[in-house]
Amino acid sequence: MLRTKKGVQHEMRRKRITTATAVSAVIALSLAACGGNGGNGGNSDGGGSSTAAAQNAAVTKVFNPSDVKGGTLRMAHPAFWDSVDPGDTYFGMSWNFVRTYGRSLLAFKSAPGDEGSKLVGDLAVGPGTPTDDAKTWTYKLRPGVKFEDGTPVTSKDVKYGVARSLDKATLPNGYTYFNDFLLDIPKDYSVYKDKSLTGVAKAIETPDDQTIVFHLNKSFSSFDYFAMLPATMPVPQARDTGAKYKEHVLSTGPYKFESYQLDKQMTLVRNDQYDPATDPDTGRKPLPDKITVELNVAAADIDNRLLAGDLDVDIVGTGLQPSSQGKVLGQADLKNRTDNADVARLNYTQLNSDVPPLNNINCRKAILYAADHEGYQRAYGGSVGGSIATNLMPALVPGAEKFDTYGFETDKNGNVEKAKAALAECGQPNGFDLNVAYRTERTKEKAVAESLQQSLKKVGINVTTKPFPESDYTKLYVGKPDYAKNNKLGMSVFSWGADWADGFGFLSQIVDSRVIRATGGNSNLGVKLPEVDKMIDKALVTTDQAAREKIWVDIDKAVMDSAMILPGVHAKSLLYRPENLTNVFVNNGFNMYDYTVLGTTKK
Amino acid sequence: MTETPQDLTRQDSVRRTERGSAFLDVRDLKVHFPTDDGVVKSVDGLSFQLERGKTLGIVGESGSGKSVTSLSIMGLHKAGTAKITGEVLLDGQDLISASAEEVRLLRGKRMAMIFQDPLSAMHPYYTVGHQIIEAYRVHNKVSKSVARKHAIEMLDRVGIPQPDRRVDAYPHQFSGGMRQRAMIAMALSCDPELLIADEPTTALDVTVQAQILDLIRDLQSEFNSAVIIITHDLGVVAELADDIQVMYAGRAIEYSSAEDIFERPQHPYTWGLLGSMPRIDRERTERLIPIKGTPPSLINVPSGCAFNPRCNYAHLNNGASETERPELLDIGNGHMVACHLSPEQRRDAWETDIKPKL
Amino acid sequence: MTRAEPRVTGHSADQVFAYIIRRLIGAVFLLIIITAVTFAIFFLVPRLGGATADDLASRYVGRSAGAEQIHQTAVKLGFTDPLYEQYGRFLKGLVAGQDYNYGPATEHCPAPCFGYSFLTQNPVWPDLVDRLPVTASLAFGAAFIWLVTGVGTGVVSALKRGSLLDRSTMSIALAGVSLPIFFTGLLSLSIFSYSLGWTAQGGTNPMDASNPAWWAYDLILPWVTLAFLYAASYARLTRAGMLETMNEDFVRTARAKGLPERTVVIKHGLRSALTPILTIFGLDLGLLLGGAILTETTFSLPGIGQYAVIALRANDLPKVLGVTLVAAVFIIVANLVVDLLYAVVDPRVRTQ
Repeated sequence: MLRTKKGVQHEMRRKRITTATAVSAVIALSLAACGGNGGNGGNSDGGGSSTAAAQNAAVTKVFNPSDVKGGTLRMAHPAFWDSVDPGDTYFGMSWNFVRTYGRSLLAFKSAPGDEGSKLVGDLAVGPGTPTDDAKTWTYKLRPGVKFEDGTPVTSKDVKYGVARSLDKATLPNGYTYFNDFLLDIPKDYSVYKDKSLTGVAKAIETPDDQTIVFHLNKSFSSFDYFAMLPATMPVPQARDTGAKYKEHVLSTGPYKFESYQLDKQMTLVRNDQYDPATDPDTGRKPLPDKITVELNVAAADIDNRLLAGDLDVDIVGTGLQPSSQGKVLGQADLKNRTDNADVARLNYTQLNSDVPPLNNINCRKAILYAADHEGYQRAYGGSVGGSIATNLMPALVPGAEKFDTYGFETDKNGNVEKAKAALAECGQPNGFDLNVAYRTERTKEKAVAESLQQSLKKVGINVTTKPFPESDYTKLYVGKPDYAKNNKLGMSVFSWGADWADGFGFLSQIVDSRVIRATGGNSNLGVKLPEVDKMIDKALVTTDQAAREKIWVDIDKAVMDSAMILPGVHAKSLLYRPENLTNVFVNNGFNMYDYTVLGTTKK
Repeated sequence: MTETPQDLTRQDSVRRTERGSAFLDVRDLKVHFPTDDGVVKSVDGLSFQLERGKTLGIVGESGSGKSVTSLSIMGLHKAGTAKITGEVLLDGQDLISASAEEVRLLRGKRMAMIFQDPLSAMHPYYTVGHQIIEAYRVHNKVSKSVARKHAIEMLDRVGIPQPDRRVDAYPHQFSGGMRQRAMIAMALSCDPELLIADEPTTALDVTVQAQILDLIRDLQSEFNSAVIIITHDLGVVAELADDIQVMYAGRAIEYSSAEDIFERPQHPYTWGLLGSMPRIDRERTERLIPIKGTPPSLINVPSGCAFNPRCNYAHLNNGASETERPELLDIGNGHMVACHLSPEQRRDAWETDIKPKL
Repeated sequence: MTRAEPRVTGHSADQVFAYIIRRLIGAVFLLIIITAVTFAIFFLVPRLGGATADDLASRYVGRSAGAEQIHQTAVKLGFTDPLYEQYGRFLKGLVAGQDYNYGPATEHCPAPCFGYSFLTQNPVWPDLVDRLPVTASLAFGAAFIWLVTGVGTGVVSALKRGSLLDRSTMSIALAGVSLPIFFTGLLSLSIFSYSLGWTAQGGTNPMDASNPAWWAYDLILPWVTLAFLYAASYARLTRAGMLETMNEDFVRTARAKGLPERTVVIKHGLRSALTPILTIFGLDLGLLLGGAILTETTFSLPGIGQYAVIALRANDLPKVLGVTLVAAVFIIVANLVVDLLYAVVDPRVRTQ
């Protein structure tokens, strides 16, 4: 199969560069009025489209809209992600891609701009109905949805999909949201030991084939986000092969697996059992006839192939390698094919109040005043890498507010007087010694540590940088409270990407003191504020969206007021769209190109 | 051997000038090596002649030019490294002015050479038989089996027992003496008329040396070949040589029959050689008499007589030894010597200083 | 003759056979030791650093795994069992096969079972078998190219020592030896595959080719890039070896026999100079068969080398063990073959 395409690809390769550059130049000149630079962040309008290649053309609009079907979408990954099994995957790019071969209860709408942060009904007809103080959630399924073998999908299959994902021994990679929130789940629950599903009988009910009801152990207003998770994709119990299910996942989506060679590549083809009539709300556009994903391709090679037109998508979705960025931004025609998308990720430094003198709030404030924010941004690649964060939640999060308690924007390189004043108040007028931890493999984090070292030195705070290996960073070192305390890790450079961009997804794992485990593996590296914990609980029961969003803003302010966290950069990624790609836009739900709508002009 | 069938190469290249002239005629051979440090004058004007059936012994220290001479005759200097002038006439054909290809065709066929260390001089990976066969077939178009029979014959002739089995042995499987015999077999496989033996016995035990020298003498008489023996050891040439040429600093400084050299040596250097040679046939004296000083640099050869810094009698020449180079002159009966001392001075010195001590 | 005649021929076939058997038995022991050491490194080193079974297991779980899940994984992967038991299971798996519970049922992996990957939950041995042809294709093809070009260039350079040809080829050789392969690889891909479109792009699996011509086409760029690296060092080695050998006495003897210069150079000179190169070649090839890691990752070739990188990045012990053993086997075999070949090539070695 690969062979016959080879000859064609061969010829096309030659014609590629010359004609393409000419064409795009003509288009750019003649359609200069169209498109233009899209704004950053999620506050500009969604919708609208353009065909003129310009930077950020796909950030809030659809670039190169098309309904033309056919061709093969060629994707590649430099390693692999955790699993293609919808019940066993935790990577954002996987949640994006899984929608091509699976349908969950709800989904982020496939639309550019703010529209993409909205949850619409995929398998379900719409968002769930909360009852009983948001402890019970009911969803109605659309009729007529089938598996790839023609078997109709029922609510029992959705129930089984969620139930099997609770077995972390067999499926260890996923999240624990359902384990944590579903009612009365027995310890070490496994559907393979409990084939009758008695253990989840209280938690999940299926009164009829089109209805599913979830019972939670506590109120949770954002449960719709859980319904978006791939674990809610239906799996037929009779065909479940546990840890091996990923070798052939049964599709409910527009594509199904034709082949999957572990660690090498996967090929998906059209699922003829997918009926678009049962999918009116998500905005999916299954245009290509085939999707191929190559695995373990050298990262530099991926970029080269993208630029040469031999690859369509870097499926990781975090953008070009630093080595390619310089080259691409330096050439106008290549720069016009990039999108500097906002990512729901905060690069920050945690201050550990267990390590004196950071137990004193003023000593912590001194650090926030003294830090060089531009230096922080430079460490992440300058403005391309992200914008200076003055608070925790980025604008991407619906309802988030930007505020600047310490004047980062005015004092981009720090404010020595204010810092010294804070030091005097906390009783350390001449400064003090401090350790900052970072991940050895991450050169950017090292640069942050060094920037902090330099800027804090100006006020007498002597920082010693301490590298730790990435793989055990949170599990054994900074994420283990005893270790951090005993080894006086006063500051830890860290990065947090929200599972989804809402207050809960963004903040709860990093500011809720109750998620801190003594055994390690924490993402909350030291925020312990009882009033914040209370506010979080309140937010979880507030079903009114606007009110809930306001509570999260208050939490953001409270954490910033406590100076527990030094926010650094709200990340951005530099994505590249080859010119043959159609229907390109950044989906705010995943902060990368939406993989369910991409098409290709190459046949 | 003159009885073997004639082959074409031999007939083509023969250019005889006069009947009865020497088989090997070296005329004013000069071999200079240009180096970064200067020109090394390894051989600086050497002339001698050799008849078939006769043996010439060339004697001298290392650096005297004796090996370089033989390599020049064979044409084994790497192209471009040596500047060779003069004439080397092999049966009337000048080898110096001949093309490399012409000389190559003569090597092994009409002139052959055996070397000092037979273990390193034979290829360790090929059997002795293979190497002899190779030597034979390069000059004779015969089948492998014919060549193999010939190789076995040659091994037999040089006195190696069980030659039909030893022909498949590797060089390292022979003892030193046997190995040298095998090398001789290889050299003589094409019946060359000239054999050059460069220190053939130096690497061998004393008891074996005599055997090898006997072998060479036997083969010479059988094949009527001209033999040049190069050595620093006078004892070796005493056995074998008809004539002896003593070389120093690239030139011949004495030339005569072997008997003359041993009974009536004329040159102070020859006296030194004789004095430093242990002899069984004489009374053992207290000690050997070494020649004082060290061999000269061939780039900066001492002016005048090259031997003068080491000569005990140079002062007798009123400075001529330091300024004037002595020519090789015939002092009677074909005995040639290059020395400024008068015959009387030499006789005195010989009778009073040297002879009693030997 | 004063001493007994040594035998004319070398050892008998029986003795050679016995020698090979001895070496193979030694090899088996060596391999077992290698597995033990790999096991030890994987488990003991973290233990010495204070890590528990759960700490080890935390590598193989998702981002938000709680202590409970981590412990479950630790039990499942066997980390909570004593080390000797885990090792015993591994050895048993090698000879008798292993069972694996993948949820609804159990699967049996027949001997030799190198274990199940911690991450893909699939047996390792079939992966190795599947990837070996890619690595072998890469290794043998490149080996042929570098041997021919490297040795050839080295011989010519040695014969024309000091000439412009010699100096320029040795400079190129220096570049070849000094430039890292991920640099030359990426550069050649960029130029030849993407800009000019002459060669296959990275990630093409040559074993997918429908005929040998396509197979060679897919491999030509990795072959040449890899061969460039080795050819460079082989050229320098050959040149040095030739220069030395051409000064040997037996070369002078060969000329003295009247042999044509070409025969002298090849049959007498090169034959002798090649022996150390033969040794190095055998070892290089053995190492390469164990996985040309840099080349495979640069060109994204799905061979054993890429597998090693995947395994190491993910700390996936069964895969690591598999790759280590494969590499060890090839190196041991290569050593054995080289030793035997040496005896074939150099008769002096035989009488020992």
